[in-house]
Parts: sequence; C-alpha cells; structure tokens
Amino acid sequence: MALERVEVRRAAPSASGRRRLSHALTHAALIVAVFLVGVPLLFALIKATQTSDQVVTPSLLPGGAFLTNLERVWTEANLGRYMLNSFIVTIAVVVGKTTLSVLAALAFVYFRFPLRSVAFALVLFTLMLPTELLIVALFDLVSSRLGWANSYLAIIVPFLASATGTFLFRQHFLNIPTSLADAARIDGCGPLLFLRHVLLPLSVNTIGALAVIQFVFAWDQYLWPLVIMQSDERQVVQVGLRKLIDVGGQTDWGAVMAGAIVTLLPPLLVFTLLQEQFSKGFALGQEK
Amino acid sequence: MTALPTTPPEAAPAVRETQAAPAFRSRLLPWLFLAPTLVVLALFLYLPAAQTLGLSTYRSNIVLGTQQFVGFANFGELLSSPVYRQVVGQTLAFVALVVVLGLGLGLGLAWLASRPIRGGRIYRLLLIFPYALSPAVAGTLWLFLFNPEIGAVNQLLGSLFGLRPRWLDDPTLAFGLVTAAAVWKGLGYNVVFYLAALTNLPGEVLEAAEIDGASGTQSFWRIVVPLLSPMTFFLLFTNVVYALFDSFGLVDILTRGGPIQGQAGATTFLIYQLYEDAFRNFRTGLAAAQAVLMLVLVGAITLLQFRFGSRRVHYGA
Repeated sequence: MALERVEVRRAAPSASGRRRLSHALTHAALIVAVFLVGVPLLFALIKATQTSDQVVTPSLLPGGAFLTNLERVWTEANLGRYMLNSFIVTIAVVVGKTTLSVLAALAFVYFRFPLRSVAFALVLFTLMLPTELLIVALFDLVSSRLGWANSYLAIIVPFLASATGTFLFRQHFLNIPTSLADAARIDGCGPLLFLRHVLLPLSVNTIGALAVIQFVFAWDQYLWPLVIMQSDERQVVQVGLRKLIDVGGQTDWGAVMAGAIVTLLPPLLVFTLLQEQFSKGFALGQEK
Repeated sequence: MTALPTTPPEAAPAVRETQAAPAFRSRLLPWLFLAPTLVVLALFLYLPAAQTLGLSTYRSNIVLGTQQFVGFANFGELLSSPVYRQVVGQTLAFVALVVVLGLGLGLGLAWLASRPIRGGRIYRLLLIFPYALSPAVAGTLWLFLFNPEIGAVNQLLGSLFGLRPRWLDDPTLAFGLVTAAAVWKGLGYNVVFYLAALTNLPGEVLEAAEIDGASGTQSFWRIVVPLLSPMTFFLLFTNVVYALFDSFGLVDILTRGGPIQGQAGATTFLIYQLYEDAFRNFRTGLAAAQAVLMLVLVGAITLLQFRFGSRRVHYGA
C-alpha cells in the first residue's frame, strides 16, 4: 500500500519533467530540421543581395545590391518577359482547368446518360498517360499539324483538361446532399444556375485546393516549354532560369539568385495564402 | 506537367456512387459539359499516345527525312543496349532512394511538427515551403550552394576540413547530390500530406495507448505508422511518379545528365535519356519506344495504386 503511494507520488513530477524534456527535444529537432530545409533558400536570399564582388566571397552578410541584381536579370536577361509569359500561361491553365473540371464533374454527378461510365473511364485512364511521355508525338502534333509552335496555345491548351480536378470535384459534389439539387430543380433552376448559386459557394475550399495544385503545376512546367518554345519572347520563367546560368563563361550568381528568388515567389505566395483551403479542400479523413 | 498525382486516397474514384434518380434530365447537356474535357483529352493525350505506339515501330532518318517500319526492332535495340540498361539501373536506384528517404523524412518531420507544441504552425509552414518551389529553382539553388569554389558548402568544408569536393564532376557525388536535391524538393509535399493524415488520426486510439503506458516511440511504430498506411501507399505512388518525371528539370539544370560513369552520365535517368534521344539525337522511333516502355511501367504502378490504394490498408478505426 504505502509503497504504491510513494511510487505514484514520485511518478507525477517525473512524468511532467519527462514531458518538458520531450518538448524541448521536439523543439530542438524541429529547429535543426527547419534550418536544414531552409539553408538553400537562406543562402540564395543572402547572395541575391550581394554585389558581384561580394558574391564570390564566403561572406554571408546581406548586401544592398538586391535591386541592382534584380534589375540586371529583369531587363538584360529578359526575366521580366519570362515572368509575364509564365503569368499568362499559369492563369489561363488554372482558370481553364477549374472550369473544365467543374463542368465535367457536374455532368458525372447530376446526370444519368448512356455511356456515362465509358466517359468516366476515359477520364480515369488518362491518369496513366503523363504528358512527359508523349512529348515526341505531341511535339509533332502541336508544331507541325496545329502550327502552334511559339504561341501560348502550345503550352496552355494541351493542359486544360484535368483528371485530378474532375475527380476532386466529383468527389466533393457527391458529398453534397442530393436534396439540394432536387430542390433547385423543383424551383425551376437549370444545372448552370444550380452550379452558380449552390455548388460553387459550397466548393470554395475545393477550388482553393485545386488552384494551389494547378498553379504550382503550371508555373513549374519545364520539359514541355523547353521542347516546344523556340522563341525567347514566349519562353516561360523556369526555362528562362536555365538561360540565366548559361550566359557562357562567368555566371553572375548574385543576379541568378535574385532571379531564382523572384521566380519562386508567385507559387510560394499562392501556397501560403491558400494554405488553409489547401488542407481543407482535400476533405481528408472523416468527411461530413 | 504530369497529369498524375495529388488525389489523396480518400478522393480516389469509385468511392461512392449515388444510385438515386438523377437530379437533372437531359440528353444533350451532360455531353455539352463533358465535351471540352473529352476533346482536350482525346486530342492531347489519347491521340499522341496512339501515335507514340505507332512511332515506336518505325526508324526515322533525319538526313533522308524517311521513316522505315521496323516492327519491334527499337524495343530489341533498347533492351539489349548496355547504355539503356545502365540508365534503367540508375533510374531505379534514384527512384528507390528518393521514395524511401522522402517518405521516411517526411513522416518523421510531420510527426514532430504535429505534436502540440508552441509555434507548431510556424514550424509547419517552414517545413512545407519547398512544395511551392519548382525543380528548376531547386536545381539553380543547389547548383550555387554546391559550387566547388564559391558555394557555401565547400567554403564551410574547406575552412573546417580543407575539403573541396567537385560535387558535379564526380559521378557518385553528382548522383548523390541530385538525389538529395530531389528529396529536399519533394519533402514539402510529403510533409503536407502526412500532416493532414496525422491530424485526422483517431485521437481515442492514441489516448488509450498512452493510458496503457505506451511510450511515444511505441505508439509511433505500433499505432501511427500502421494507421497511416493508406497515405503512405498514396505517397509511394506520387513519389515514384515525381522521381520518374519531375527529376528532369533538376537534372537538366544541375548536371545535364552527367558526369560520365560507364557509358551514360551517372545522372541520366529514363526521362532524360528519352529527351536526349528525341530532341538531341533525333532518334524519334527509339525515343517513342522508350516512352512506351515507361508507359507500361507507369500503367502498372497506377493499376497497383487503384488496386490497393482504395482499399483500407490500416486496421481498426
């Protein structure tokens, strides 16, 4: 009896001490991890601010040359043009993909029509066809037969359909009570009005989540623009980065780092701003 | 560029199908809504896929501008080529390393960051940001970081140990560097999805384990890891696809497939070899045959994902 009580009394403080220690260890481990994950970016941030003389030295003191560096890549190395191109392409792909997948999901969830499962299988099956693998034939189709080489169409149109988006919206719509659609129909609402006034307001998180994925995906495109865009005037910023490094002989690392920082900002901003929608939109786990 | 990943397991298709009467009746409207998606898929995925199949049976001659039907000769040439075998081998090694390291580190970091500690949100944000970086940006940052003369890593190694490895000139080091960069770049994605899965773990199970006297390590290995297996399976799939395709930008900026070890560069992976053969060596048929082989690989992986991914792998809950 007595022994037990002693043990209990002793266990209490040691448990809380153990928790404090484990919290401290967690913090320590996380700080190390955050530092290691952040080092490449931190280094780039510092070097982007240094002058061409400083940037080749081991100095890790921030300099005051960020704007000079940026101006150099922005105008001389055409970064401004590349950024504009990437914005045009990315926004077109995000808006187009969202629209097309919402419409497709609407058809799959709220209509019964012949060959519906065949159409669904056709969308499903495209998950097995990564565009990277089709570049040989796609190049021929887009450049020779459609004559789109060096136009924005070449890096927008092939990516407008999204199996992922269609699935995500379909899944989301299936979780919305069907009584809402019935009520809408009884009220004389057509599918498009129902979409506009009921489905879209209920889909903010899903749209947000998809927007993040598609923005990152479209902004990060590399292989296809590299292959299809011969004209520098229409090239996207990811391939533009490679040209910054390639200027022959001496790489102006301060300017390249400034360019890299600017290149990574848009998806990072979109990701940070929509982070909550991003996590919620996947409806992970117990879906209500 | 990949049409693939990012549908987490719960959102996998065919989860629930409403058998109720359709909300709207129309023969024309659903096809009108589907038409844009189906047209784009048919024109830019199915048609090129069929043409890739066709092209893989031809040998093209750039000089003469001719195409000659050769049947399966391209496949025979690939499968018996030591260069291609080397590329397949190093791609498999790269994919395995990226997947194992990426999932292990991702889960570990997500587990740490999901614990109820002060500043958890900030830690989480700082751990997942590489998700938003492109492979090209990642390559650019690492190229400078590991620059033999002025990169931070060699300046540190040089002043501490007098070591200045030529990271990108040595085949083993270059392979390791590309692998590490790919793991780093993919970490944010894995942490995001593991964090989401961890917050959705049934709290009662973990509490019960704690009451029963399970230590943190025990409940991690005995409860958390098994419960997370559906997410692990999904991430396994997306990470394989990521390593197979998104490595291109990274490799192209960091090493251009080099340096040489054996007959091909130590960092020439399947997708890079395909690009080289298609757009540098202009061996269209051979590149198409490589695409077909990779399609078979991706198809098999996708089927596995659907076969096992929609099934609940974990026990309980």
